[in-house]
Formats: sequence, C-alpha cells, structure tokens
Amino acid sequence: MPRMLMKGNYAAVYGAILAGCEAYYGYPITPASEIAESASALFPKFGRTFLQAESEVAAINMVYGASGCGQRVMTGSSGPGISLKQEGISYCAGSALPCVIVDIMRGGPGLGNIGPEQSDYNQVVKGGGHGNYRSIVLAPNSAQEMCDLTMLAFELADKYRNPAFVLTDGVIGQMMETVDLPEPVSEFPDKSDWAVKGTAESRHLINSIYLDHDDLERWNRELEKKYETIQKNEVLVEEYMMDDAEIVTIGYGSSSRVLRSAVDTARENGIKLGLLRPITLFPFPVDEIAKLPEKGIRGILTVEMSTGQLVDDVNLALKGKMISDLYGRLGGNVPSATEILNKISELYGV
Amino acid sequence: MEKKTVLRKPKGFIDVYKHKPGAEKDRTHYCPGCGHGILHKLIAEALEDFDLVEKTIIISPVGCSVFAYYYFHTGNLQVAHGRAPAVATAVSRANPDSVVISYQGDGDLAAIGGNNIHQAANRGENMAVFFVNNAIYGMTGGQMAPTTLEGQKTTTTPYGRNVKTDGYPIQVCELINTFTAPVYVTRTSLQDMANIRKTRTAVRKAIMNAKNKKGFSFVEVLSMCPSGWKKDSLQSQQWIKESMVPRFPLGVLRDISEEAETIERPVPVMGHEEVKKIFGYSEFKASTIQKNTEANLEKISLRVSGFGGQGIMSTGIVLANVGMEYGYNVSWLPSYGPEMRGGTANCSVKIQEDTIGASEVTEPNMIIAMNQPSLEKFENIMVPGGALMYNSTLIDIEPTRNDVDIYKVPITGIADELGDTRVQSMVSVGAFAAITGLFDPEEIVSLIPSLFTGKPDKVLKMNEEAVLRGYNYVTENFSV
Repeated sequence: MPRMLMKGNYAAVYGAILAGCEAYYGYPITPASEIAESASALFPKFGRTFLQAESEVAAINMVYGASGCGQRVMTGSSGPGISLKQEGISYCAGSALPCVIVDIMRGGPGLGNIGPEQSDYNQVVKGGGHGNYRSIVLAPNSAQEMCDLTMLAFELADKYRNPAFVLTDGVIGQMMETVDLPEPVSEFPDKSDWAVKGTAESRHLINSIYLDHDDLERWNRELEKKYETIQKNEVLVEEYMMDDAEIVTIGYGSSSRVLRSAVDTARENGIKLGLLRPITLFPFPVDEIAKLPEKGIRGILTVEMSTGQLVDDVNLALKGKMISDLYGRLGGNVPSATEILNKISELYGV
Repeated sequence: MEKKTVLRKPKGFIDVYKHKPGAEKDRTHYCPGCGHGILHKLIAEALEDFDLVEKTIIISPVGCSVFAYYYFHTGNLQVAHGRAPAVATAVSRANPDSVVISYQGDGDLAAIGGNNIHQAANRGENMAVFFVNNAIYGMTGGQMAPTTLEGQKTTTTPYGRNVKTDGYPIQVCELINTFTAPVYVTRTSLQDMANIRKTRTAVRKAIMNAKNKKGFSFVEVLSMCPSGWKKDSLQSQQWIKESMVPRFPLGVLRDISEEAETIERPVPVMGHEEVKKIFGYSEFKASTIQKNTEANLEKISLRVSGFGGQGIMSTGIVLANVGMEYGYNVSWLPSYGPEMRGGTANCSVKIQEDTIGASEVTEPNMIIAMNQPSLEKFENIMVPGGALMYNSTLIDIEPTRNDVDIYKVPITGIADELGDTRVQSMVSVGAFAAITGLFDPEEIVSLIPSLFTGKPDKVLKMNEEAVLRGYNYVTENFSV
C-alpha cells in the first residue's frame, strides 16, 4: 500500500477519492484551501467533478444537488465559510441528503484570524443551521485519520442519509505526517429508491417542505429517532493511559495531540494522568465520560482551543456527579504540554 | 369551487397531484389569472412532445413556484431561496444526459440568488432557466422585487418605488447577455395569445438546447400577478403590455444555439483496480532502509528557521520524508498563524520511535538557524544538551548558549560553491544526518530521485552533492 508524507488537508481529499466521492464543490478559505487545491488536481484524474463554486453558499447547494442525484459529494471550508453554509446543511439534513463537509477550524469570531482554533464546535456539533437536526461529526487528530475518517464520514453519511462533518483545526490540516493509503471502496449503497437520476424510475422528489404541522412533527420525530440510533451505535473514543488514571484530560483534534504529550511527561514524573479523546463529537461519548466519577478519578480537565464549548458536553455527560475544569487557549494559540501540566498541578496539587 | 372538466392534461404533469396537501389534487395552488400555470403548461407540453418527461429534472425555487414539484411528472428537487442555479449545476454535472430546468421567480433569481444565476450563466452550464418576472414578491404577499417598476406600489414600497432609495428595476436578460457563455437569451410575455405562442417557441428552444447539451439557455417571461398587483386578470394582462414591456423590451437578445458546441462530461472512474492504478498502488515499494542502531539523537524535536526563500520548509519536509523511509514516526508543521510573526519562516519537525503527540516543537532538542533572527529567537527555547546548527555564512554573531552542542556550518557558502544557493536545504539535510547519526548520507542520496521527481539529472546531482558536502563538513570539523 502506498505510504506518503502529506498534509492533513491533502489526506482528506485522498480519503474522499478512495471512498468513491464523485464530486467536490468548494470555495477557497485559509486554512482549508489545500483541500480545494488538491481536489482540483486529483478529481479530474478520475473523471470526477471538481468545481470552484462562486461562494460558500453556492458550494453547499451544489453539494445538495449532487447528493440529491445519489453522488458521494464533498465540500471543505473553515469557520466563516461554515457559517455561510449552515442554511444549506439544514436543507441537506431536512431532505435526508448524505454529504461530507470538512471544516478546518480557524480563529473567530468574525474574520478572526487564520490560526488554529476549535471554536466551531458549537456550530458544527449542535446542528448550526435552523431546525431540529444534527450532523454526524468526526474529529481526526492526525493526517492518517484525515484520510480514514473522511472515508468513514462517507459511509456514515450514506448509512444514515445525513450530513457528516470532518471537524478539525488548522494544525491538523496544515501538518504533514505519514499516511498509508487504504484500499479504495468499490461497493456503494443502493440509492435507487430516492436519488434523482434523470430516468423514468428515478423521478423522485428531494424536498424538506412539510406544510401540514402533523406531517412536519412526524418527520422531526423520525429524524430524532435516527439521531438516537446514531448515538447508540456510532460513538468512537480513544483512551490513552486510562486504566489507572487518577486525573483525566479530555480533548479532541490538535488539543488531544498536545494532551498525549502532556500524559507522557506526567507519567515520566509519576503523575497518573490519562487522556480520553472523543473521535466522534456527535455522537458524543456520553457513556464513557459518565463512567469517570465511578472510577475514583480525582479531577477532569477539558482542554480545548475555545472558551468552553466541548466542556459543556463533558459536563452534561457527567450529570453533576463531577464537574470538569477547563483550560482553553484562543486566537490561534495552541496550548503547550508544559502549560497544561502547570494547570493540572495548580488545580489538583500534583 | 365547481369542478371543471379537464379535456386533456399534458403528460409532463402528474395525473393526480399527490404531493399537494388537501383535497384538491386536480388543480394548482396558483391564483386565478396567474401566469405560472400557463408557463407550467407550455413546459409540460414540450416535455411530452419531445419525449423528455422521464429524462427531465426540475428545480423548484422559493417563491410562488416553490410547489412546482406538485405538478411535473419529472425528477424534482425543491431547493433553498435563490440557489436553484447552483443546485442545477450539480444536478446537470451528475446527470449529463438529463434535461435540467431551473424555474425561478424575480426575487429568487434576481435578488437573493443574483450571484448564482450570473455564475451558472457564465459557466455555460447545460440547463434551461425559466425566469418568471412579475415585478413583485407574490408568495410573501406583494413586496418589492428587484424588477418592481419605478413608482410601483408594493407592500414595502407603499409610496411607490423610489429610485433614489430603492434603485431601478433590474433588466436581467440584458445582464445575462453580457456573459460570453449563454447560447440563448430571450424575453417573452404572457400578456396575450400571440405572446404566449412566442413564449411557447422560446420554452421549446431552451428545452431542446438542454437536451442537445448546448449549454445555458435563459428565458425571461413577463407574467401576471393579479393578487400582488391588486388587479383582475384582464387588467393584469393590460398592465404587462402598457407598463412592463416598455421597461423590459421583448425579443431574442442572443441565439447561438445552432453553432454552439455540445458539452461533454467525463465518465467517473470508480472501479477498485482503476482507482488503484491511477494512484500507483502497484508501483509503490515499501522502504527497506534499516534504522541506524547507534544514533546520537534518537528523538528529534527540530525547529528549522530562516528567511522565506531559504528553503526552510523543504529542509523540514525532506527530513520528515527521510525519517518516514527509515520507519520512524514523523511530523512536519509549518510556521502557522501567530507563529508567522517576526520575519522568520520556520517549521517544526519531529522524528521518533513512539507515537507523536504535539506536532509543534516548543522545546527543541535541535535547531537549524539559517539567519540571525532565527538564531536569536530559537536558541533560547532549546533544551540543554541539544544540538544547535547555525548558518555561519549569514550569521556573524555567536550563540549565547553554552549548554548545547554548537555546530557552526557555512551552509549557504557550501551551496554557493556547488553553484546554486537553492541546494542549501540539502546541505542542511546532510549536516543533520552527521550531527544526529540518524540517517546514512548514501541512503538520503538514494532517495533524492523520489524526493525531486521530474527534476533534471543535473539538479538531482547537485542535490546529492550538497547532502554529501553537508555531511562531510560536519564529520571533518566536529567530533560526532
């Protein structure tokens, strides 16, 4: 299998090609532009569609169109672009259209800056657009996972006919690491009962309008049930040095990479620190976190590059039995292992 | 309402409007005297006559025609406000053999979706756009549209459209006609039978163009909105003739349908073996390079830094690549975000046996400083016992640290001797190999063709030489 050194942003596009993504529609934005650039180089080699859309809004609506025709389709962007796409994502969710959206988070609010942040958590994990819906959210923390989880995102999106996000930050997007390319997917789900293909049999309707109040309530209940199924079946979490951990750190994306370094250093100094890394943010590893208070954990520190978005979900999962502390860096600053260990020492006296 | 006898419904329509809620599944939701029904019928008849009903996909917008999908016995997508041309673009790309119709009103197409229609037109997407211009927002109850006439009263221009505050009615056909790609641009009207017949001709031409993959056809149709205009049907037809037509002249603005080339789209390659072939799976050979058992530094946390243009990023990438070939875990992170401040380009490289945590090197055990600001910036964050290499060709000062191993190497000078400053990256790489003992220079040389694919032999040779010169300079001048 080919082994290559590549940026996380490129790895997502390789993953998309291998997952059978037929079309990429996107708009350039730092630090996600390499996704569009590499898609523009790779997709035509496979006779697949790359189109630089006129706007973020157009891009997500093109995704809606391609998905409505049964194609595996992807777009990529960063914070401000995701804000613009939210209406279209809501339409995809409301019309039960699978698609993959990669968000390489940058600093906000507003134009913010192009440094890495994790402040799109709420707008991506909680739905973001109007209406009662959730997107499946996968949070890679390496170039290899950018490839693998993008492939998984296509599988899950199709399995549940739902938008799926690959959510990470500028560090993971810009970083180069070794990637082993997996086998390409060559069997695809049958979408003939709903996709519009311009044939007699495929004269279906892609739509999110339910004028009748009861009909719309029923549809929302169906969506709700789908999200419950996803919550039950699709949680992914990585645990590192958790078996005997007395203090637990929780983080995703590039924060979790720093936390891993912090755990290694702590262990060298005899501190029993462990790491719990959510790989899926929706579904959130509620059960895994809910168990922590019973394990005799002394303290929980959530580390995120935002002012307390992930920590809200951690605390909801803990149901008041413990309260997670928060350490956040912002504005493009990535926390260092040393400052996290200092914080742990200050909080828990170790 | 009394049930009327339908003599014959075109096959482009669904027989019973099953998607329409309520009891009346045999009539449209449009108001009496509205133009949409007429235009719908012209489209449905054309689809039947050309045997295209099954091949057609209609995009329903937001506006009064939001429910166009109730009626057409085609594939249907209902879409977000203004985005029909964007959706139609992807639908057309996904199904190149289908007939794609974007059906839009004036608010949808000319206001909120203004950019989307222009861009689809400019790309020459293979689609037929039917643009219903009734100078008002009908669905939301009669507000101002981009095409509302000067002085026209609407619910948001209760004193009449004032061009000084609201601007002028937009002539969309004329705008579309400024783009190079469209093949057919015309404006028609539904004001009377003669004009309905002309509209029929335009509808049929646009649909045939889509079928024949001729590209982008745009038909603007001036249409009645008795409810919005507060007029009866006859008054409405009269108002088009007297008020709208002078502002929106009827006629064909462009027709290059005949001479336009047909649009061909590639067939996607999806097969397992074909995909692997394009990615070169079978040509890939796993590395056979063995790790050096007696390296001086086994876990590398490196910062490479210098001016932009000194090959800083490529030094790091080459080292990470070589590390990968040696079977190490590697990461490379460019200076990024706030790190870019201060006039130095720099990157972090980690090479180690264990899984890598943070990829940003905050406490380097090695730095390669290519200019003075870099030396000053990064020597202070080094851990004791590390290796500091600096480019003595460009740096006049001495490092201040005395608890690290100092390697003063004329990196730029060596490259210049070889005849090209740009090979200084590979001088650094060779010197790195000697200092760390991690890589064998001959192995690096063997990787050069794959690291510099497509470069002429002369360039490869010079880079090979640079690696060896960098390596030898360190082994000859320092005890490593």
